[in-house]
Amino acid sequence: MVTRGFTGRGSGGDTAKRVPPGQHLVDNFPVLTAGPTPTVETADWKFTVKVGPKPHKTWNWAEFNALPKTQMTADIHCVTAWSKLNTRWEGVLIEDILADAGLERPTDFVLAHCYDNYSTNVPLADLLSGKAMVALTYDGKPLERDHGGPARLLVPHLYLWKSAKWVNALQFTTRDEPGFWEGHGYHIYGDPWREQRYTND
Amino acid sequence: MTETGAQLASWQSCVIADIVQQTPGIKSFFFWPQRPFVHIAGQHVDVRLTAPDGYTAMRSYSIASSAIASPTLELAIERLPDGEVSAFFHDVAEVGDEIEIRGPLGGHFLWPQPAMDPVLLIGAGSGLVPLMAMIRQRRAWAQDVPTALLLSARTAQDVLFSGELLETEASDPAFVLSLAITRETPARASDFARRIDSAMIKDVVARLPQKPEHVFVCGSNGFVNIATDGALLAGLDRSVIKTERYGG
Repeated sequence: MVTRGFTGRGSGGDTAKRVPPGQHLVDNFPVLTAGPTPTVETADWKFTVKVGPKPHKTWNWAEFNALPKTQMTADIHCVTAWSKLNTRWEGVLIEDILADAGLERPTDFVLAHCYDNYSTNVPLADLLSGKAMVALTYDGKPLERDHGGPARLLVPHLYLWKSAKWVNALQFTTRDEPGFWEGHGYHIYGDPWREQRYTND
Repeated sequence: MTETGAQLASWQSCVIADIVQQTPGIKSFFFWPQRPFVHIAGQHVDVRLTAPDGYTAMRSYSIASSAIASPTLELAIERLPDGEVSAFFHDVAEVGDEIEIRGPLGGHFLWPQPAMDPVLLIGAGSGLVPLMAMIRQRRAWAQDVPTALLLSARTAQDVLFSGELLETEASDPAFVLSLAITRETPARASDFARRIDSAMIKDVVARLPQKPEHVFVCGSNGFVNIATDGALLAGLDRSVIKTERYGG
């Protein structure tokens, strides 16, 4: 349905193909969080990989930073309809975390957990092959608290609520268990190119 | 926790029934949905505009109205300096226009059901919108759960829904209104002439009979961070605080 009198500014030119349906480009970096912004000091920071309820391996900040680092430049897409192109991150790829933990493919599904008790689910296949990382820097600088610092999950090919801020654990689960927003009406998978915003999209 | 129709919400055309200038920067738009729906206070809708060339722009807006108190759906839209959709609403949209809307959406920032324990609402500018829906729903259901609103605005004329808020406070002993006016001296002695801080939140909490069990904060990210950090310093528990921040 065409809206009377609306022309819009369009997404324009070469970048149009990189903007999923219903999204618009922003230059700033909006912040959306369901609760208070947690303060996590790197001295207290820990990251754990669990298989089911059982912790398999835990790293402190220094140990985690000693893992191989990878740079990633990615377009990111938030379900609230903004997209941002060419965001630059550095962190540890999920396959490098699993290799250090001596794990291959314990199950097919992962639930990410966070310092603010947030959680989100991602199939393991979407975390491997260089598709996802635990990001430690954004745009060459340590990740700010507002954007999930000191560390956040980054899964740029899915809506950004999957890229959990203040992440502190990846838990392998036997089935695809909904996380926080997935249990509050949002899509279980969240592919921006298929506009999987809400549960039955 | 209910999912409240988020799974079922599909796009529908809504006719603009009325437009009201609320403050210098905010207008209310009242819509007649083709398929009316009942929402819980705090929920939002997605709004989609389509250009003749097929380009679409989508934004989320909190609902200002209460489903029981109002037959129309009210969105209070602030004109953003560089806004694509908000500028369309402020400059182009007219009564009778059809707008595509999808909702109700959101299952987290919701007025508690049942509402038993004291509630603290903190907002700034158009961040009042979902909180106003809560105040209106509470009133429409004749609930007496103690509720305090701490609202920040630059001047008295920037206070959205000020007449209705003052009237609600005057007629409802269980509702407390506290304004934080940052750029002029407030008219009422019970209001504050500064930005929100933890001491102010402590003062407002003391105006409730007990510590709030539900805290809802809405505004820009900067405002929400200041208000939630202040609420934590004032001794409120992290787990009772829910936030809604303006997106891009």
